Amino acid sequence: MANITLKAVRKSFGSFEVIKGIDLEIRKGEFMVFVGPSGCGKSTLLRLISGLEEITSGDLMFDDARVNNVIPSERGIAMVFQSYVLYPHMKVYDNLAFGMKLGKRDKSEIDTRVRKAAEMLQIDHLLDRLPRQLSGGQRQRVAIGRAIVRDPRVFLFDEPLSNLDAALRVATRLEIAKPHHDMNDVTMIYVTHDQVEAMTLADRICVLRDGVVEQVGTPAELYEKPNSVFVAGFIGSPKMNFLTGTFADAVGCTTLGIRAEHIDIVDQADATWTGTVVHAEDLGSDHFLFVDIGADEPVVVRRSGKLDTGMLGQVVSLRPQAENLHRFGPDDKPLG
Amino acid sequence: MNRSMPRTIAFYACVLLIVLIAVFPFYYAIMTSFETGTAIFRPNILPESFSWDNYKAIFTRRGFVRSVANSVFIASITVGAALLLAVTASYALARVSFRGRGLLLMTILGVSMFPQIAVLSGLYELINLLGLYNKPWALVLSYTIFTLPFTVWVLTTFMRDLPMEIEEAAIVDGATPWVIITRVFMPLLWPALVTTGLLAFIGAWNEFLFALTFTISADQRTVPVAIALLSGASQQEIPWGPIMAVSVLVTIPLIVLVRVFQRKIVAGLTAGGVKG
Ligand SMILES: Nc1ncnc2c1ncn2[C@@H]1O[C@H](COP(=O)(O)OP(=O)(O)OP(=O)(O)O)[C@@H](O)[C@H]1O
Ligand SMILES: [Mg+2]
Repeated sequence: MANITLKAVRKSFGSFEVIKGIDLEIRKGEFMVFVGPSGCGKSTLLRLISGLEEITSGDLMFDDARVNNVIPSERGIAMVFQSYVLYPHMKVYDNLAFGMKLGKRDKSEIDTRVRKAAEMLQIDHLLDRLPRQLSGGQRQRVAIGRAIVRDPRVFLFDEPLSNLDAALRVATRLEIAKPHHDMNDVTMIYVTHDQVEAMTLADRICVLRDGVVEQVGTPAELYEKPNSVFVAGFIGSPKMNFLTGTFADAVGCTTLGIRAEHIDIVDQADATWTGTVVHAEDLGSDHFLFVDIGADEPVVVRRSGKLDTGMLGQVVSLRPQAENLHRFGPDDKPLG
Repeated sequence: MNRSMPRTIAFYACVLLIVLIAVFPFYYAIMTSFETGTAIFRPNILPESFSWDNYKAIFTRRGFVRSVANSVFIASITVGAALLLAVTASYALARVSFRGRGLLLMTILGVSMFPQIAVLSGLYELINLLGLYNKPWALVLSYTIFTLPFTVWVLTTFMRDLPMEIEEAAIVDGATPWVIITRVFMPLLWPALVTTGLLAFIGAWNEFLFALTFTISADQRTVPVAIALLSGASQQEIPWGPIMAVSVLVTIPLIVLVRVFQRKIVAGLTAGGVKG
């Protein structure tokens, strides 16, 4: 429920600059995801927004009010940490209610809200337990519940799923998406380095690299029109194929990017590249062929259907779809 | 495990020996406290006679109950003051980064290495200056001074190990440092608080040198001083029987305290709060 604006925000730890001038607008009710490689400053940026870390220079605005010097509890935020933090000595109920109790809210109001949030997350049968009596997934749901009961203007998530196993991750991802749908226009900021999480959850994604914003856009925009080699390589799985040297020269660029699903296997006569299948991965619904065409790394080709094991070691002819080529110049930016 | 017979026997023989050596002085004290007359002065392993006379003598003696009350008062206040100061100080030392933090910690540790006798005269001046001489507060002050370094160190170590995120979650919840300390950290520090508090109590309860130096009148004495100054029928007689009886008596509260709090020390209280 808040519009968040960052203007030239910088953060240094001592002389070490981590956030190097970020301008960003996060719209009311938007689900914004910060992605980027480890150490690029995602958590730091989130903590600046939360107020747990002080901004070195620049402005942070919540709905046009400068909040640089407002303490976290008065910013109307709720935060879910990577290691799901619960107060170990308090029952689940008290964990959920602690913030409201400190806020001197009415007892019956606290009770209503705790129970409502617990119901929403299906933890209402666990209210009398201590955190150590819960499973990992349950704990993380309680942690999310702690955020929900506060009825915040902004939700902040710092890699909330990274401690969960794969199945639980998908389930909890839904739990996180749900309040976004249920609670109209609550602004969410979500940090992850998992681009699948980013793609599935985000309204918009902000790709960070080394303390600066590389690109902001919807998942589709980032996927289809990455505006640097870095973003192109970071978004999408499997990674986009990058070709340099003569392969790139042939289409007049320094780096040629092509996604696995945009390469067709064709007759020898139509071939742009030919090479041997050196490795194959079968996912059931589709499969990936790794073809050595003489570039630095094998080119990955995605095909639907089951893998024909006879493909391994065969020579195949490939043709990239001309309209889906990503051509990057020497500065790693896209060409015309 | 499949340990051979001789090794097992050797192991338990060692255990038995250690227990014997450790327990014998206490056993001897208890035994002596039930003996009277010349029986006390004959070395013996098993009790020769048994009587409650020494204990009766203690309770009929003026001042004994008073000095127990003094000791309880002084030790309790010392524990309270030391824990309050130590918890707040160690929060600062563990969680607030400020210039000279490491140096301060080392200084605190260094101070605790001074022997009591070295600071006795200085402390005496201080206590006179504050007008506390021959008052229980003199002892509370000096015991607190001597307990604090250890207490602060232990609690700082414990507090440092508490996950940062718990504190940050509390900050987001709107907790002030005081609320964080009292409602989030203290419950998690229970084991450490109990341990250090108990040690502070035992230290204050048993202390002799300061208690002897800073009090003059009989009604201000603590138990250890009272025991030492217990006089017999004549100048030459040291009343060993009653002394042993008092010593046994004043140890009982300590044993009870340890037993009570032992159960309260729930190990691994923090387990399950944070993962990662
Ligand atoms: N309190 C701090 N003091 C000094 N340096 C810090 C501090 N916190 C973070 N950094 C540095 O800032 C950089 C960014 O850290 P940050 O935690 O924001 O990375 P991240 O993008 O969240 O990485 P990850 O995906 O691994 O969590 C790192 O190089 C880190 O070492
Ligand atoms: Mg991080």
